Amino acid sequence: MSDKRTCLYEKHLALSAKMVPFGGFEMPLQYSDITDEHNAVRQACGVFDVSHMGEVFVEGREAEKFVQYIFTNNIEGAEIGKIYYGMMLHDNGGTVDDLLVYKMADEKFLLVVNAANIDKDYAWIEQHAKGFDVTTVNASESYGQIAIQGPNAEVVCERILQLPCSELAFYTFKETEHHGETIIVSRTGYTGEDGFEIYGSHAYIQWAWDELMESGEVKPCGLGCRDTLRFEVGLPLYGDELTDDITPLEAGLGMFVKLDKPQFIGKEALVQQKAEGLKRKVVGIELNARAIPRHGYEVVDAESEEVVGEVTTGYCSISTGKSVCMAMVNIDQAVLGKPIKVKIHRKLQEGVVTKKRFYEKNYKK
Amino acid sequence: MENVYFSESHEYVRVEGEYGYVGITDYAQHQLGNVVYVDMPEVDDEVSAGEEFGAVESVKAASDLISPVSGEVVERNDALEDTPELINEDAFANWIIKVKLSDPSELENLMSEDEYNRVCE
Repeated sequence: MSDKRTCLYEKHLALSAKMVPFGGFEMPLQYSDITDEHNAVRQACGVFDVSHMGEVFVEGREAEKFVQYIFTNNIEGAEIGKIYYGMMLHDNGGTVDDLLVYKMADEKFLLVVNAANIDKDYAWIEQHAKGFDVTTVNASESYGQIAIQGPNAEVVCERILQLPCSELAFYTFKETEHHGETIIVSRTGYTGEDGFEIYGSHAYIQWAWDELMESGEVKPCGLGCRDTLRFEVGLPLYGDELTDDITPLEAGLGMFVKLDKPQFIGKEALVQQKAEGLKRKVVGIELNARAIPRHGYEVVDAESEEVVGEVTTGYCSISTGKSVCMAMVNIDQAVLGKPIKVKIHRKLQEGVVTKKRFYEKNYKK
Repeated sequence: MENVYFSESHEYVRVEGEYGYVGITDYAQHQLGNVVYVDMPEVDDEVSAGEEFGAVESVKAASDLISPVSGEVVERNDALEDTPELINEDAFANWIIKVKLSDPSELENLMSEDEYNRVCE
């Protein structure tokens, strides 16, 4: 099956982007250079095509009850306009996906899921929706989405797109009428910087993209820097730090799992995992040398050199210049400051266990 | 260019007497993008034609270095440790390792510049 294309595909080609397959889509890896694009987001403003993300609506009398049942975070009695981050879990606690839940109305929620998981998630959601008075709609193909990220994002969105952004608090959104259609503007992102994500029809997103590019005040940014940016601030990527076999507790995302909620799928497994104690955990590792740790590389005990885990994501961090990675390691290795080694090509490289955030987030709360 | 031979995996070897200077081609550095790290063997290590001897890495990916020739590493370009981007500036001037060739007849298995340029088209 060939990869899908987003509504901005032709725009990427016109900008000579290097295109790569990602999550079942043909997506821009970079337009100019990953480092330049990364720095644009940290220092000014970058724009990403994130139309590959999935949008699933849950509507009906039992919408809240149903979302509470499939989602780890607690949305009970949430205000309209609030956004929650959390996960959907298998019965055994492994992660189906991580997602954002938007409360659109008392009986309507929008679930924003990862591109690669749209089909899996929607089948899973439909299966579990049986017995609830809800309807579910996979609207992924009707929506385009762009992310405008960086310290200048607010000014850019207000001045160039004329969107009401300064009034939005972090992790809130607004449905607004613009150019004759209803769009969603939310103060969210995946870079560790302030920013906005805009959801609209394909035509609207194409219009917004062109306006932003013509302004000359933003840099088009590809998935390459999206990954280096999210990695530096310790944000997980499904497929790396979270998988069907990894629980949110092991990934260090316990704050998005409300075990005091009456019931949700996977809760029992996590309660048990917590009671027994974790056997492994995602940590940060900083290496002494410049060698670059990458996904799947072996992590070994500093003394015995036995394999104790593997790298989930690693880079020579663009913002700090350090060779760092996140890694899933046996729990006895998960001690801050503990020496540890990573096997890179033929050599064992020395490093230490650190926090899994290598650069401080710069959100506007 | 005289005395320069190319491999299908985009390495070159520039031969001077019994020594060969091995690096990646300009085409390869361009495909790779900004080089952020070069993993090199140690002096005195043996390298073999057709086998991996290190890697060049961009932000996004690691690319294995395959030696076009066999022999002993007599020198490595240590400037690449701190300034790997030299490879992007001039991949031909910034060779990676200098090898004492153990079997010069291996050069016959490599391509001339003209042949290599046709492969890259």
